[in-house]
Amino acid sequence: MDNSKEAQYIDLYRNVREVQSSVFEAYRKASFERFKRLGFPDDKSEQYKYTNLTEALSVDYGLDNHNQKELIYEAFTCAIPGIRSHLYFVVNDTFYASDEAKNQVFPQGVVIGSLKEASRLYSDLVAKYFGKLSEKEEDGLIAFNGMFAHDGFFMYVPENVTIDRPIQLVNISEGNTNQLLNSHNLIILERGAKVQLLVCDHTEGNARFFVNRLTEVHVAEEATYEHYKIENTSSDTTHISSLLIDQKESSKTLTTILTLNNGLTRNNISLMLNGEYAEGLLYGMAVGDLDQKVDNHTSILHNKPNCHSTELFKYILGGESQGGFTGRIYVAEDAQKTEAYQNSKNILLSTTARMRTKPQLEIYADDVRCSHGATIGQLDETAMFYLRSRGISEDEARLLLMYAFAADVIENIRIEALKDRIKLMLEHRLRSGVSQAASCILCR
Amino acid sequence: MLEIKNLHADVNGREILKGLNLQVNAGEIHAIMGPNGAGKSTLASVLAGNPAFEVTEGEITFLGKDFMELAPEERAAEGFFLSFQYPVEIPGVSMVNFLRTAMNEQRKYRGQEPIPASDFLRLMKEKKELVEMQSNLTNRSVNEGFSGGEKKRSEIFQMAMLEPRLAVLDETDSGLDIDALRIVANGVNKLASPERAIIVITHYQRLLDYIVPDFVHVLFDGRIVKSGNKDLALRLESEGYDWIKKELE
Amino acid sequence: MSEDILEQVTQSEYKYGFTTDVETEIVPPGLSEDIVRLISQKKNEPEWLLEFRLKAYRHWAKMKMPNWAYLKIPEIDYQSISYYAAPKKKNLNSLDEVDPELLKTFDKLGIPLEEQKILSGVAVDAVMDSVSVKTTFKKELAERGIIFCSFSEAVQEYPDLVKQYMASVVPYDDNFFAALNSAVFSDGSFVYIPKGVRCPMELSTYFRINAINTGQFERTLIVADDDSYVSYLEGCTAPMRDENQLHAAIVEIVAMNNAEVKYSTVQNWYPGDKKGRGGIYNFVTKRGICKGKNSRISWTQVETGSAITWKYPSCILKGDNSSAEFYSVAVTNNHQQADTGTKMIHLGKNTSSHILSKGISAGLSQNSYRGLVYVGKEAENARNFSQCDSMLLSDRCGAHTFPYMEVNNDSAVVEHEATTSKISEDQIFYCNQRGIPTEEAVGLIVNGYAKEVLNKLPMEFAVEAQKLLQITLEGSVG
Repeated sequence: MDNSKEAQYIDLYRNVREVQSSVFEAYRKASFERFKRLGFPDDKSEQYKYTNLTEALSVDYGLDNHNQKELIYEAFTCAIPGIRSHLYFVVNDTFYASDEAKNQVFPQGVVIGSLKEASRLYSDLVAKYFGKLSEKEEDGLIAFNGMFAHDGFFMYVPENVTIDRPIQLVNISEGNTNQLLNSHNLIILERGAKVQLLVCDHTEGNARFFVNRLTEVHVAEEATYEHYKIENTSSDTTHISSLLIDQKESSKTLTTILTLNNGLTRNNISLMLNGEYAEGLLYGMAVGDLDQKVDNHTSILHNKPNCHSTELFKYILGGESQGGFTGRIYVAEDAQKTEAYQNSKNILLSTTARMRTKPQLEIYADDVRCSHGATIGQLDETAMFYLRSRGISEDEARLLLMYAFAADVIENIRIEALKDRIKLMLEHRLRSGVSQAASCILCR
Repeated sequence: MLEIKNLHADVNGREILKGLNLQVNAGEIHAIMGPNGAGKSTLASVLAGNPAFEVTEGEITFLGKDFMELAPEERAAEGFFLSFQYPVEIPGVSMVNFLRTAMNEQRKYRGQEPIPASDFLRLMKEKKELVEMQSNLTNRSVNEGFSGGEKKRSEIFQMAMLEPRLAVLDETDSGLDIDALRIVANGVNKLASPERAIIVITHYQRLLDYIVPDFVHVLFDGRIVKSGNKDLALRLESEGYDWIKKELE
Repeated sequence: MSEDILEQVTQSEYKYGFTTDVETEIVPPGLSEDIVRLISQKKNEPEWLLEFRLKAYRHWAKMKMPNWAYLKIPEIDYQSISYYAAPKKKNLNSLDEVDPELLKTFDKLGIPLEEQKILSGVAVDAVMDSVSVKTTFKKELAERGIIFCSFSEAVQEYPDLVKQYMASVVPYDDNFFAALNSAVFSDGSFVYIPKGVRCPMELSTYFRINAINTGQFERTLIVADDDSYVSYLEGCTAPMRDENQLHAAIVEIVAMNNAEVKYSTVQNWYPGDKKGRGGIYNFVTKRGICKGKNSRISWTQVETGSAITWKYPSCILKGDNSSAEFYSVAVTNNHQQADTGTKMIHLGKNTSSHILSKGISAGLSQNSYRGLVYVGKEAENARNFSQCDSMLLSDRCGAHTFPYMEVNNDSAVVEHEATTSKISEDQIFYCNQRGIPTEEAVGLIVNGYAKEVLNKLPMEFAVEAQKLLQITLEGSVG
């Protein structure tokens, strides 16, 4: 790899010699080899067609020094009225638990904490799952994450255990120097387990951040997993998030990806339906203005028969924002009785906003029900007129319609209090408008 | 014409028909009534040879032929017609083309020449009047976008075109308003003849006001438990099925 | 009326697989500047055209074959292909001078070259291997100022028109196969419809590959001047051979103010045998430009042939209020592979496009729709509706859909819908109950599924490709 962008990090990797647990070490080495082969995705890559990282990668970043002077996370209570969640933090690259969470007694066998710590305390368990999904991904950024991530969030829910309050993970990028951040989260649900995870992404400080997070989720037979991700970062943040979910027979997952405020965001979401009768629901929404960029790159693999997936993404784009959506649906040979539905609906609010969508259906089985739709358009003029004729001002009517447009994504959230909270945040976000893409003041 | 002996049939491994016997002669009109889940529609499907249903025991003989040996299209060509409870939509295939194909395939089976286009068109015109079918329906795709009533009328129209020896009308009255019911019933009555037998499967007596049956059978728990004349239908209408259940106990 | 096309071409064996025994002149295999010069010299071309070919060749030599399509293309040795083959007798003045073997060939294919035998007016340009054999109805067309002739003839007779429009829609460096074609193209058709003229008959080119071990690289250019109209048909067949043959054509369409061009194709190149041996590699660049205001271009294609198809008939909607349509039925069976679709590039104001694609996959085949709807920054009020349906007839085939949408203007409305299905057992049982055996039922349902596209084919195709059509009762009942 003679490219200087890569070369600089390859050198950096060789210089970082922190001794890790053996699980991490082997994975780091393998990731290094993969990164040398793949490099960063460039603008010619089909996979990263809608995400151009050239500018973001030209910045000179430092790595996290894992040394927080003050407990910045205490400022982020991220409290949601009506929910008493268990609160955990990853600040830059390092894991912290809130005092409440530290003292929490979970059902027998549940482990929630630092991945670094877990890799020492439960090395066999971690070794069994760690890197097993990500090592198959041909993505230079995932390999890059493997070279530098040394910690993250770990959760293990044993057989038939239900955690009745949502777990909340707050990722905070913090500091006044430009940083390249890598964390690795690992989530394991055994047979029949149930858990809801809420992930919030924030930034604090005036630096440029290049955040590159990886989350691996293993959902065993009949287990149920809900994943809610809310991004509320800054215009100086490049946010790459790869979420890889492996589902076994009769498991159910619900994933909701919301981008409210950001700079450049790329979400890779991969649902692997590897057992019969698995169900995967994937919803997403993005609100963009200024020159924000949001690219959701999703892949749903129907590898076994009788699985169901539903996918819906909605974008509202104003200013000079740019949206990208790729929806790959793969139905393997013999994955009969597959049901896969996909929809991408987008509204452009300004002449300078831009949307690109690319559904991608690859179907190798004949007894399937698959459909997909994509629209790019504007708010419904007749509806606008109807509202105005009832005395609603044009601005308010526009707001109402945008809100309504986004609502069917939000309606799928299964935590009532969170649903209400998101509605409030969305309204706030839409009202704050083009000029002031305010950060998540509601959570502070 | 049709003889059913000790018929047992399963769907998805569950036994629905449990030893059904029935004899139908040319020129007769039979009505089969019974509560939900008794096996009425299963009987219709089994007669038509629907592969989703498995016959585990018993015999069906139609015009001296062993029906179990015949594929669905062969049964049709032998003169068996089923008016579906839920007629299927076939997008893009016009009713004209569909019926012409059906008719010519049946003729081929019987060793006849294809029907000349002019004769076919004349026949269509004639039979459309029989069921008061609007012209445009025959130019549309098979059942696509038809209302419930239009679908049922189209079924009777197809029956008129194909001139079967035995027709089974599976809940043809469901979803019909009173005018449509009358038109459909009139169509059926005009098709009744000494060479043709008709089996009417229905929930309600009201269709039998228009199509008067020679025999009424009560299908209950996979068997015919009671047979009689049209008075039996009237008694079922006013008293329900409870008295039959009691009789059985 | 066109309902039986599919049934005919999919359910029957390939009927056009014979070869013709005519004396053929073939240049030795291989591609070099010398070969390019030789082709140009054989065709007695002006210097500017040779320069164009050489520029294209030099560019091509630096290019790599594209690999983004959903196709498995075996290595092609471009040096083992012969780039020029022609029946020896040419420059004919009357039909009597045509080699009788050639006439027999086109007779067998159902292509009438004898004008008096033609029932309804279709003018035909027949292209065998690298050259145009015969163009019919030339006189009648010339009376209206319409030019319809072979490309070679156009180069000699109307060099200014050719120079003005050739490569104006598909530049020589557009893509790998376009560059190859630009270097070695041999013949094809040229059409010019003057201002205000509605072409009174369908124009048709019939392409036939006959010679062994040759590639066919024809080039078609259609120019419709202001307020004109033309409907153009293209048919193609090839003999059955065990080796693969390369066909890399270019079609360019230019529609000026208020002009309308309809382009219809029944692509029936030899698809290879049941084991996937032989067949044509069909790598074609087709593109039209709605250059003038209110202009209109439509592509209709029925794709049943070729071992591998790589083809995206596209439209650049440059003129304000212009519109474009793409209707496609692509059937793949056995080992066939198709990656086909369209690009609609909206640049002018108030432009609209409509895409309707019906894919049918059977056997072990792979069938992909790939499309792009692009709305430029200045393209106010662009409208597009796309529908792409796939039907799978076996559990060992694949159906894939890649519809790209890029919108850079907030007044655009772009909509895409797609479904994938198989024939339902309920539908088949319903047909069975009416006496229709399963095989016929499948044919009936498939034809119904593709009907919306088949209905877009011009009536006259029935005359040109009689073997593909049967007039049914469809539509004749009031």
